[in-house]
Amino acid sequence: MCLGVPMKVAEIKGNDAVAEAGSVSKSIRLDLLDNISVGDYVLIHTGYAIEKIDREEALETIELLRKVYAAGKDAGLRRGSSDEGD
Amino acid sequence: MPRERMQAFEEEAVMKEIDFRASFREPELARALAEELSECQPAGPVQLMHVCGTHEHSIARAGIRSFLPEGVKLVAGPGCPVCVCPAGDIDLAMQAASKERVILTTFGDMFRVPSSDRSMERMKGAGADIRVVYSPFDSIRIARENPGREVVFMAVGFETTAGPIAASCDMESPGNYSVIPSIRLIPPALEFLLERSEGGINGFILPGHVSTVLGRKGYLFLNQYGIPSVIAGFEPVDILAALLDLLQQLEKRGPGKVRNLYGRVVREEGNRKARKIIEKVFRKTDSNWRGIGLITKSGLRFKDKYRRLDGAEKLGLEYNADAVDILPGCLCHRVILGEAEPEECPLFGTRCTPAVPFGPCMVSSEGTCRARYIYST
Repeated sequence: MCLGVPMKVAEIKGNDAVAEAGSVSKSIRLDLLDNISVGDYVLIHTGYAIEKIDREEALETIELLRKVYAAGKDAGLRRGSSDEGD
Repeated sequence: MPRERMQAFEEEAVMKEIDFRASFREPELARALAEELSECQPAGPVQLMHVCGTHEHSIARAGIRSFLPEGVKLVAGPGCPVCVCPAGDIDLAMQAASKERVILTTFGDMFRVPSSDRSMERMKGAGADIRVVYSPFDSIRIARENPGREVVFMAVGFETTAGPIAASCDMESPGNYSVIPSIRLIPPALEFLLERSEGGINGFILPGHVSTVLGRKGYLFLNQYGIPSVIAGFEPVDILAALLDLLQQLEKRGPGKVRNLYGRVVREEGNRKARKIIEKVFRKTDSNWRGIGLITKSGLRFKDKYRRLDGAEKLGLEYNADAVDILPGCLCHRVILGEAEPEECPLFGTRCTPAVPFGPCMVSSEGTCRARYIYST
């Protein structure tokens, strides 16, 4: 019910906008957010953008988790050089 | 954040052809977290609760309960707005649909939920004009396209959906649009659960998308209970990290804190604009939760200024307080509170299945019984 789908904003006209995810595009509403620009990633719930997705924060979270839990483990070490690309 | 690392991350996301969720599904990281989790050794029995139907789906789908260490139980609380919507509210919507010239709109999940004697689906089969919408804005569109009809939107949801519902009321909505709000709020339910369980709940996984509205700040009242609580996203890595955090907080034995591990979409302050629109249109009211009963200040009703949009008032509908919420034999009222597992219900999987659901927890795609049935059979 509280499902949220991340999409990228492609067009904006007032509170009406078009957002895309892969090959899917959808009309959405921006009533609940300020300062959204084309190219921003937003979380869509029942046709409304409910929050902007912070990409840096996403990366930081994942890097922190990898560092704390995956890096020291055998599983992490086995991944060897592929770690550098992360 | 170095630009090239950000770029690599975005490329990785694009290559996986979805979005940043891909990294939160990474099997190796999930495995490392699951291993760490299963090695935790809590001092005594621990019961953790989430209050979100989407969390229940992710947990059941990824089999996360199988990684919990001995003595740790993860239960589903009242996290499905459709399941806790009382039969009386559905009766109200069906009364609206029985009036001439009315088009009733509602979310797909609501469509099959039984009320006193039937569901909207069956009523539609009998000729009523009931339409499933994806967005409150779809209801506005239907109202614009049908100026001679009254469009009544049966609006169910928690805080997450309250924003879009309120926004549809705060715009220049057509005069033939009205709403039957059946909106419930999570914080009063958390307080209710803590008081009822008398220490039986040792930690909360807080609902990720409700939290986009409330922010971490919206949960600081939990500090007075000292209960460890973590805002979590919906991918396996998100949920495993939240469970680990809760167990680590419990290990420290100090008062638990409210932590946000879903920082990519949940801000400290939440979404102020959404809260402002909700507060502009609605005021808090005591609300009945199916299977639970009345919870103080846990619902929303129209403020006087917006009463013209109140579908029940506009159509002169009467609330049926005697509507039966839980049919005899059904354990939904205990499943909703996390006090019984779906398997304990004699109807589960026999007389009550997703194809022929009996109780609300099996009807909704977010219901605990349905998630359990789909992923365990």
